[in-house]
Amino acid sequence: MTATVVLFWVFAGIALVSAALCISRRSPLASALWLVVTLFALSAVYVALDAQFIGILQVLVYAGAIMVLFLFVIMLLNLGRGGPSDLKGPAGLAIAALLGGALFVQLRALPGAGPPALIRLPEGTMAALQEQQGMVQTVARPLFSDYLIPFEITSILLLAAVVGAVVLAKRKL
Amino acid sequence: MTGHPTDLLWLVPALPLAGFLVNGTLALTRPGAKAAVSVVGVGVLAAAFGVAAWIVAGMGHGEAAPEILRYWTWMPVGTLSVDVAFQLDQLSAVMLLVVTGVGALIHLFSVGYMRADAGYARYFAYLNLFVFFMLVLVLGANFPLLFVGWEGVGLCSYLLIGFWFGEKVNADAGKKAFIVNRIGDVGFLAAMLLMWRHLGALDFATVFERAPATLALGGTAVTAITLFLFQGCAGKSAQIPLYTWLPDAMQGPTPVSALIHAATMVTAGVYLVARTNVLFAMAPVSSAVVAGVGALTALFAATIALKQWDIKRVLAYSTVSQLGYMFLGVGTGAYAAGIFHLATHAFFKALLFLGSGSVIHAMHHALHAAHTHEDPQDMRNMGGLRRHLPWTFALMWIATLAIAGIPPFSGFFSKDEILAAAFARGHDAPLWYLFWGAGAVAALLTAFYMTRMMLYTFHGPNRTGERAEPHLHEAPWVMTGPLVVLGLLSLVGGVLNLPALVGGGQWLHHWLGPVTAGAAGFLPETHLEPGTELLLIGVAVGIALVGIGAAVRLLKPADLVPARLARPETGIGRLLWRKWYVDELYDTVIVRPLMWISRNLLWRFLDQGVVDGAGVNGAARLSRGLGWIGSRLQTGDVGLYVVVFVIGVVVVLRAVGS
Amino acid sequence: MLLGPALTVSAILFALGVAGVLLRRNAIVIFMCVELMLNAVNLTFIALAQQLGVAGHVFVFFVMAVAAAEAAVGLAIILAIYRHQETVNLQDIHLLKG
Repeated sequence: MTATVVLFWVFAGIALVSAALCISRRSPLASALWLVVTLFALSAVYVALDAQFIGILQVLVYAGAIMVLFLFVIMLLNLGRGGPSDLKGPAGLAIAALLGGALFVQLRALPGAGPPALIRLPEGTMAALQEQQGMVQTVARPLFSDYLIPFEITSILLLAAVVGAVVLAKRKL
Repeated sequence: MTGHPTDLLWLVPALPLAGFLVNGTLALTRPGAKAAVSVVGVGVLAAAFGVAAWIVAGMGHGEAAPEILRYWTWMPVGTLSVDVAFQLDQLSAVMLLVVTGVGALIHLFSVGYMRADAGYARYFAYLNLFVFFMLVLVLGANFPLLFVGWEGVGLCSYLLIGFWFGEKVNADAGKKAFIVNRIGDVGFLAAMLLMWRHLGALDFATVFERAPATLALGGTAVTAITLFLFQGCAGKSAQIPLYTWLPDAMQGPTPVSALIHAATMVTAGVYLVARTNVLFAMAPVSSAVVAGVGALTALFAATIALKQWDIKRVLAYSTVSQLGYMFLGVGTGAYAAGIFHLATHAFFKALLFLGSGSVIHAMHHALHAAHTHEDPQDMRNMGGLRRHLPWTFALMWIATLAIAGIPPFSGFFSKDEILAAAFARGHDAPLWYLFWGAGAVAALLTAFYMTRMMLYTFHGPNRTGERAEPHLHEAPWVMTGPLVVLGLLSLVGGVLNLPALVGGGQWLHHWLGPVTAGAAGFLPETHLEPGTELLLIGVAVGIALVGIGAAVRLLKPADLVPARLARPETGIGRLLWRKWYVDELYDTVIVRPLMWISRNLLWRFLDQGVVDGAGVNGAARLSRGLGWIGSRLQTGDVGLYVVVFVIGVVVVLRAVGS
Repeated sequence: MLLGPALTVSAILFALGVAGVLLRRNAIVIFMCVELMLNAVNLTFIALAQQLGVAGHVFVFFVMAVAAAEAAVGLAIILAIYRHQETVNLQDIHLLKG
């Protein structure tokens, strides 16, 4: 049992537990905070899976920016505590459990043995790549060469999101 | 005139068609132009007769091959090709002359009879159209073209019977004629289909050539074909059981009754059997059926005529009876005799009808002048008219003697030949003695009821009433002229086919020889000893004299009272007067159940219930229901949407994963 | 070697996210569950990237960028609805009822 594996299982477990707690808390604030825990745990899982750069990005962007935005809005709308529970009744619970379970079964039923041999890269390619170029360059080089166009489009998307958010949230246009 | 006379054959039907178009246009635009209509209407018929006579005169004697003139291809369908083609042979020549000749005379008569009618132009248009279709019928060289003419005359019959359609009873009579004819026409169509199936052709030449070679003698195929053809004949020529329309057809104008329901349209069935003589000769069963039905109809109709009071009804039943004789003739294989009787009957029956038209015309005037509402056609209101209508009286007696079978009038020769043929056939098939017997009894009754008609109408005291009687007068020359011509023909028409016994040459029989040659091979040889033949003639004349004498003796015109005072009939008389209740029987057994089925089963259940309810409305309701389901799903509740969404995802994953 | 377990964890996280969306009525909480689902997908990408190349990492990068944009706009919408209806409970917002 290498350290990686242990790391993986511990933090995966934390992620699962905190996710379950996230969806079941009465207070939206608690849900948000449990989600933050989940994101941190997932970041650690990414590190265990040899995606260190992405793990850092997760903390920076997801947990750091997006969740802050969520908490900001929750505070703004004064939803922190109190008020009636927004969980659905027993019927809703049953449906949710049923469909969630069905979905999980379906997802696991998909070929779980991994991708077919034809498209698999030789063992250790990724590791070699990362040693050669370093973590960041491994991701950055394809980003600016093969995936340049999606990159540019994403920047436009962000611009559009900024403009949209400003316009939608204004009190008076 | 260049070229062959038969090049102008197309002109004969084209002239009446042109007359129809002109008169029809006048009827729609200038119905008051009676002079123009008269000239066109009668002129085209006279011209057609002239052309026909010239063409027939140009036909050589004993020309074996019929001349077929193809005009254009009508229906080229797969292996079958039906052309618009006319066939000129001896049989069609006889029919041509009868139709155009008697037709021209009746058109002339109509000028006087229909003078005061508002629908004058329409009348002549329809009458011309009728002659056109009748000519197509007799000239057609194949079954479909004949059928076109067949249906066309049926249509014109409907239009003319219901000419005064403002009164419901006239319109009903027209409908009855058309519908009963239709029942017969189904048989005609079935026969055509069978013919095509077994013989692969529908034109006369090919069919009559292939039939003896392909079909078994007396087999099911040829018997079925001929029986179906006879079904068509029974409808068109008013034989049992499809005769009920003819007496009702008397609702139409009297010249129409003369032309259509005596001389021409109703004889189309006889023409058809004579034309297809090869097929009927090959099917002895069918021939026996034809002869049997003919004999039975002759007798049956004669019994009904004994007790009818409407002068036209008497003549109508007389026509049905005489048509029975014609079918007896062609059923026995004596095709020439049947056609002979067709021609002589056209003469004397047209004369009788036109004469009755003259009488009704006079009665109408008289009753109108006296402002009474008696029935001008009821014989009980007539009597002693010989003093007022002498020409009509004399000419109608000539016709009566002809129809009764008194020599030397034409009817004697034709009727006698038919009965002799039946008797001769009885030697091989005793059944024919029965047919001869029925024919003989019918002859007795014919003489009786015709004499009755003459006695009640023209003899004895007058019952029209004192105010009306002075207004009775003879018809104008335009009406009596044709009567004279027809009277002459009824008198001397017998020369067409004088029997050998009296030194005649059997001219018509020999002239039609090439047409009936095909059948001759299949018919049994019949021969009558001269002694037997003379005996039969004696019996026939005797029967006629007994009939006339009995009528004169037993019937007393002086005992009659006008119709409004007459007591209803009782007993047998009532049964005969009410036509053996056949119409009532048909009504109960056929008409009412059909109406019930139509109304309740087909209309209420099928049309309204199934098609409208389940089909049309049901589809609409289904759409509405589906729409309702759809709209219930649009709750605006996002939660529900998400649930449905996820269900969809699960389903898709299941489908993809498996 | 960690691929199987990673995919299972990802599946469970995704199912939990879906259950959360079906379970809650508060719009912001639902949004958070959607973010949970996105993260589960990210985990799948990372797990497979070990065997299929760096494209997985790049894709995760894009998913994060889009999630950020989406969060901004979505929360702005929720704010706008709150100003209008005084509630973010999805059961009380049914203007599209047809």
